[in-house]
Amino acid sequence: MTERETELNLRQRLSGLSRLPLLRGAKVDGEADRLQSQLDRLATDAGDEAIWRSVELARHPERPYTLDYVERLLEDWVELHGDRGRADDGALVTGLGRLDGRTVALVGHQKGRDVKERIDRQFGMAYPEGYHKAMRVMEIAGRFGFPLVSLVDTPGAYPGVLAEQHGQGGAIARSQAAMTRLEVPTVACIIGEGGSGGAVAIAVADRVLMQENAIYSVITPEGCAAILWRDAGEAKKAAAAFKPDAQHCLDLGVIDGIVPEPGGGAHLDPALAAAQLRAALVEALEELDDVPGDELRRRRRAKFRGMGVFA
Amino acid sequence: MSETRIDVQVEHKHAPPPETAKHPNTCPTCGSHYRDDELAGALWVCGHCGHHFPMRARARIEWYADEGSFAEEAMDVRSEDPLSFFDLRPYSERLAEAELNTGLGEAIVVGQASLDDHPIELAVMDFAFMGGSMGSAVGEKFSRACDAAVERGVPLVSVTSSGGARMQEGILSLMQLPKTVCAVEDLHDAGVPMITVMTHPTTAGVLASFASLGDVTIAEPGALIAFTGPRVVQQTTREKLPDDFGLAEQNLRFGHLDGIVPRGEQREYLSRVLRLFS
Repeated sequence: MTERETELNLRQRLSGLSRLPLLRGAKVDGEADRLQSQLDRLATDAGDEAIWRSVELARHPERPYTLDYVERLLEDWVELHGDRGRADDGALVTGLGRLDGRTVALVGHQKGRDVKERIDRQFGMAYPEGYHKAMRVMEIAGRFGFPLVSLVDTPGAYPGVLAEQHGQGGAIARSQAAMTRLEVPTVACIIGEGGSGGAVAIAVADRVLMQENAIYSVITPEGCAAILWRDAGEAKKAAAAFKPDAQHCLDLGVIDGIVPEPGGGAHLDPALAAAQLRAALVEALEELDDVPGDELRRRRRAKFRGMGVFA
Repeated sequence: MSETRIDVQVEHKHAPPPETAKHPNTCPTCGSHYRDDELAGALWVCGHCGHHFPMRARARIEWYADEGSFAEEAMDVRSEDPLSFFDLRPYSERLAEAELNTGLGEAIVVGQASLDDHPIELAVMDFAFMGGSMGSAVGEKFSRACDAAVERGVPLVSVTSSGGARMQEGILSLMQLPKTVCAVEDLHDAGVPMITVMTHPTTAGVLASFASLGDVTIAEPGALIAFTGPRVVQQTTREKLPDDFGLAEQNLRFGHLDGIVPRGEQREYLSRVLRLFS
């Protein structure tokens, strides 16, 4: 039997046992515990460890953030502030700069480096105002033909009272919709945490890339564990189950490429990480250069409409 | 609505069992109890206090659609288990159980129908199927409903009820957000109207995608409509929540809805809107 078959077999037996309500607390518990411990041993194979290592590196406190890349990638950077309605959201930065000699528009989540900045930027969790600001800059990109670069790095959209009152769900939906309408080349790269709706809001791009140690997921490992395992401490198991690492995202057809990082993680050599990111962004934009705008849009929608696995 | 849906209990595997749940036919707001046929006759609305009980997809379709006009589409689309996902039980087993318990193949039913002789496409979610969660099959069925509406040039009436993306499909469930957004954008480009009815609850991934993109959007009274639900907001931020946090009434006040329409008046409302767009 292969390891996979062993695992499936164990799981089926365990699940069979756990559904014998009459026998709960009797001998079955011992058998169930034994099967569970066998499963736990299987679950901590090398692949699962690698996934958890990505989770840790993606959240590493010294990992380069959007503005660290901006200063190394873009010349003549001009940050654009505010959504023209209510606020300037520090968790999502936007602006214009020159990449490889041409003007691009950039949107990206920004976490803070020290305690004060982290609080000011809400740990990279944007309010609806942040997505409104991003949409404003997307509109500028569309109007002037600037390619759009998105750098995604958020645990998720901000989960607060004001964020809800200001329409968090609608803002995320409309930001995606704005990206599906653009007729300019768009490239997104997950540079750390690609957390759920807050991430995909700015990642509906022609080319979606992930840095080698970034993660992209529908929910945080802790959130998933709290809901499905009813214990946030089971985050490692949850991550192994929903596989947020770059390789699995590539295998599932969710991203178009993986951007290499310096050995041991981007934080060990930010200059090299930036050079590798630059090369990947420039290459992706060059591939899109000669495609007419309406064709870009058509292909982008066709790509996302093809995502999913069903019978 | 005096009921607040704020629940701040912390989930833990050693936590004591929750208080015994009320019977599904007992009104959680006023305690009135009904027989099945009484509830069905009142469209699952409490005759005493107006509380809206959950309404199953098939019952709603039967009520919205002119008699005999509904023709279901994409019935054969089923979820797969691309990650061989296993939490406390295998995903494939949860799917089989949901199908058995609900008689539905997935958490959404789509098809063509007419409402007061206006031809429409219907896409109706059912919370009873794994919390109305959106995985690849739900995303595909909704997208096909958009295409069918475009093809026939008829409005899409979409009824949402969902806890969000289906975690068991991992990142692929997140990708159903942009997928359904693309489908709605194609609908918008074709000049086909979309009317959305949000029912309790419409949250997370579904709210952050197609549910928020209707041309006309209404909700049922008391429905929870939030990207992040009250419990998670409370746990994460320790903020004091307003009494009507996330409810339809608050959403209307803050400008996220065109109206709150009690269930009994929805058919007439939809008919009027369809007339205006025809």
